[in-house]
Amino acid sequence: MTNVPIEAIANRTPQPLPGAPDNWKRFFTFSTDHKVIGIQYLVTSFTFFLVGGFFAMIIRGELVTPEADLVDRTIYNAMFTMHGTVMLFLWMFPSLVGLANYLVPLMIGARDMAFPRLNAIAFWMVPVAAILLMASFFAPGGPSQSGWWAYPPVSLQNPTGKLLNGQFLWLLAVAISGVSSIMGAVNFVTTIAKMRAPGMTLFRMPIYVWTVLSAQIIQLYGLPALTAGAVMLLMDLTFGTSFFDPAKGGNPVLYQHFFWFYSHPAVYVIILPIFGIFSEIFPVFARKPLFGYKIVAISSMTITFVSGIVWVHHMFASGTPPWMRIFFMFTTVFVAVPTGVKVFAWVATLWGGKLRLTTPMLFALGALIMFVFAGITGIMLATVPIDIHVNNTYFVVGHFHYVLFGTATMGMFAAIYHWFPKMTGRMYNEGLGQLHFWLTFVGTNLNFLPMHPLGLMGMPRRVASYDPEFAFWNVLASIGGFLLGMATLPFILNMVGSWVQGKKAPDNPWRAIGLEWMVSSPPPVENFEEIPVVVAEPYGYGKNEPLVAGDRAADLVTEPS
Amino acid sequence: MESSLDQAPAIAHAHAHAAEHTHDEAGNALFGFIVFLLSESVIFLSFFVSYFLYKITTSDWYPDGVTGLATREPLINTIVLVSSSFVIFIAERFLHKRNLWGFRVFWLLTMAMGAYFLLGQAKEWSELPFGFTSGLFGGTFYLLTGFHGLHVLTGILLQGLMLIRSFIPGNYDKGTVGVEETSLFWHFVDVIWIVLFILLYVWQ
Ligand code: HEM
Ligand SMILES: [Cu+2]
Repeated sequence: MTNVPIEAIANRTPQPLPGAPDNWKRFFTFSTDHKVIGIQYLVTSFTFFLVGGFFAMIIRGELVTPEADLVDRTIYNAMFTMHGTVMLFLWMFPSLVGLANYLVPLMIGARDMAFPRLNAIAFWMVPVAAILLMASFFAPGGPSQSGWWAYPPVSLQNPTGKLLNGQFLWLLAVAISGVSSIMGAVNFVTTIAKMRAPGMTLFRMPIYVWTVLSAQIIQLYGLPALTAGAVMLLMDLTFGTSFFDPAKGGNPVLYQHFFWFYSHPAVYVIILPIFGIFSEIFPVFARKPLFGYKIVAISSMTITFVSGIVWVHHMFASGTPPWMRIFFMFTTVFVAVPTGVKVFAWVATLWGGKLRLTTPMLFALGALIMFVFAGITGIMLATVPIDIHVNNTYFVVGHFHYVLFGTATMGMFAAIYHWFPKMTGRMYNEGLGQLHFWLTFVGTNLNFLPMHPLGLMGMPRRVASYDPEFAFWNVLASIGGFLLGMATLPFILNMVGSWVQGKKAPDNPWRAIGLEWMVSSPPPVENFEEIPVVVAEPYGYGKNEPLVAGDRAADLVTEPS
Repeated sequence: MESSLDQAPAIAHAHAHAAEHTHDEAGNALFGFIVFLLSESVIFLSFFVSYFLYKITTSDWYPDGVTGLATREPLINTIVLVSSSFVIFIAERFLHKRNLWGFRVFWLLTMAMGAYFLLGQAKEWSELPFGFTSGLFGGTFYLLTGFHGLHVLTGILLQGLMLIRSFIPGNYDKGTVGVEETSLFWHFVDVIWIVLFILLYVWQ
């Protein structure tokens, strides 16, 4: 049992490589293999990243000049609404779910998710939601124009008077994506709770698994509240009830509470797995164990629950009573503490390590820098006196793009590069990867940094025309935006080219420690020939101890001298 | 390790593997179902909170000509629904003792009680002098009772499915998780109704 090289065990039943006859076709089937589903999610969501990016190009094109001269104002409204909706509901959430689908069973030593069929159904609901959302371009009156918040009473305006309108389709699409997310969350929580390999105790789980668990628990308690709000909005819009309609005695602010009760924690649904990705990538490329593993794990869970009581910081300017403002200001600052602890842990992990600046490492480091910046503007926004001034200005837009593009999207790229060899069995092209990184890093800052001075100067968000005094920063931002658009080209080239004819990837190209690196690349169906028995904590870099029983993993760990 | 390349141990391994699967699946299904119900309860909680907030902040709560809700028939309805939770519990006991007919009789009784509740609800709806768009009271009333009613209906349909399945030979060889889930769902629907009844009918 003891002295067989891992490669020999792992390579026994390798999955045929994609490109082999009728192989790529499995991605178009109702497959229940979590790895196929993971890639289905990733490719689908990336397609919508491009769609959402296209909308962004139109927005930035309009904002090159102070006048509203590129598109009609109603189209402009539709563009920012669809941009936000697509990027969140069709890019961020599904891409993260896809990655988690691929990695979680491998990382905890399971053969698949707990409910494979439910998993496949949840995935196929995403294209359904996407088609409904896109169909709203053909609905009478065009797509929804009420922003990704869909605040009433704006979202209750229905100028065409038709039952089937853009806002209706928007609500339907968001509801379907919500149901899909809840199914996914039930699946992840059950998988992580019940399907871990022997010896994989809670405090031996990789941090990525911890963060997925934390994020999915948020989905479970948060999404139903949004669903409730969305159902009531739908009733108002379609049947003429008065829940949120101030003209009929309803209360529009209650909708805001429902919306943010979910949508604030939702930003943590996005960022927590990104924190997990950081925690996986930094130790590998710094060749050091993750600093403060247990504290990082517990911080994730703390965030899960504290992030449920901060939502009103989005509503400081919604006629919120002073006691509420103070309370939620305090909790918002408090939730930044476990976040800060994590940042500290990553810096300590990197400190004095032998850093290898591969593409995933560059993206992770870049994303960390962007996150620190966004955290600072976040704390500024959490402070009521500041927020009252910059609420609804470009300062807020700058803040959340540093997190959603700078941190979350760049973190996703880091993850895609890092696990690309595992998923495809091929190496990506390092040169193109580095080019992608530098274009993205420069583009992100050029696009989103100018939004901060703009917001401080008082430029409101969601406008197609603006005062000429704002022109300078807007032109800079647009140049950055177009640069970001171009930055995706080397990425697409790299992914497609490398998948088809990249160099064959070994099982463990990064000499990383983790169960997913002990199986072949790509892993066989059902992942493990024999379920491994875990005997150590993760991140044993430089510790010379095996991770699983009967393994000589220590060989992987020691630096070749 | 070499030996596992041979045929025999590989087959033995496959068997162990299959056993490991069925055992886990039932446990996972029940666990996942509980997680789902917890999540589902937040939707009801959100509607309850809406009702509560609307009621304490609205000055003309009832639509014109309405002074409140009649409680007699809803109370009978409530008693029937709540007792059905005990009946379904008895049905489950019978199943555990492998008394299939006992199970079926009490299971069917539960379904009948659920149907009685739904019919009573429908009758009440048809006699009420206000509708879904009659202000915040009408909106929340029909939203809450309607959403709950949908759950009762789902429960009855699930029970019907379980009843039909009980006639399949060997249906319970792999355990009774489907029945357990259905009955859990039924208790859930019951508890929600109790809160609802207090909010809508008791607190007038
Ligand atoms: C240190 C942590 C953070 C703090 C203290 C913070 C604080 C805030 C505050 C107070 C606002 C409201 C500003 C306003 O509307 O006036 C805000 C907006 C926002 N934040 Fe953050 N934030 C933090 C991290 C994040 C993260 C990690 C994400 C996403 C992954 C995020 C995404 C957003 C989004 C999307 C908005 C604006 C939504 C909208 O108005 O459309 N934030 N943040
Ligand atoms: Cu927030």
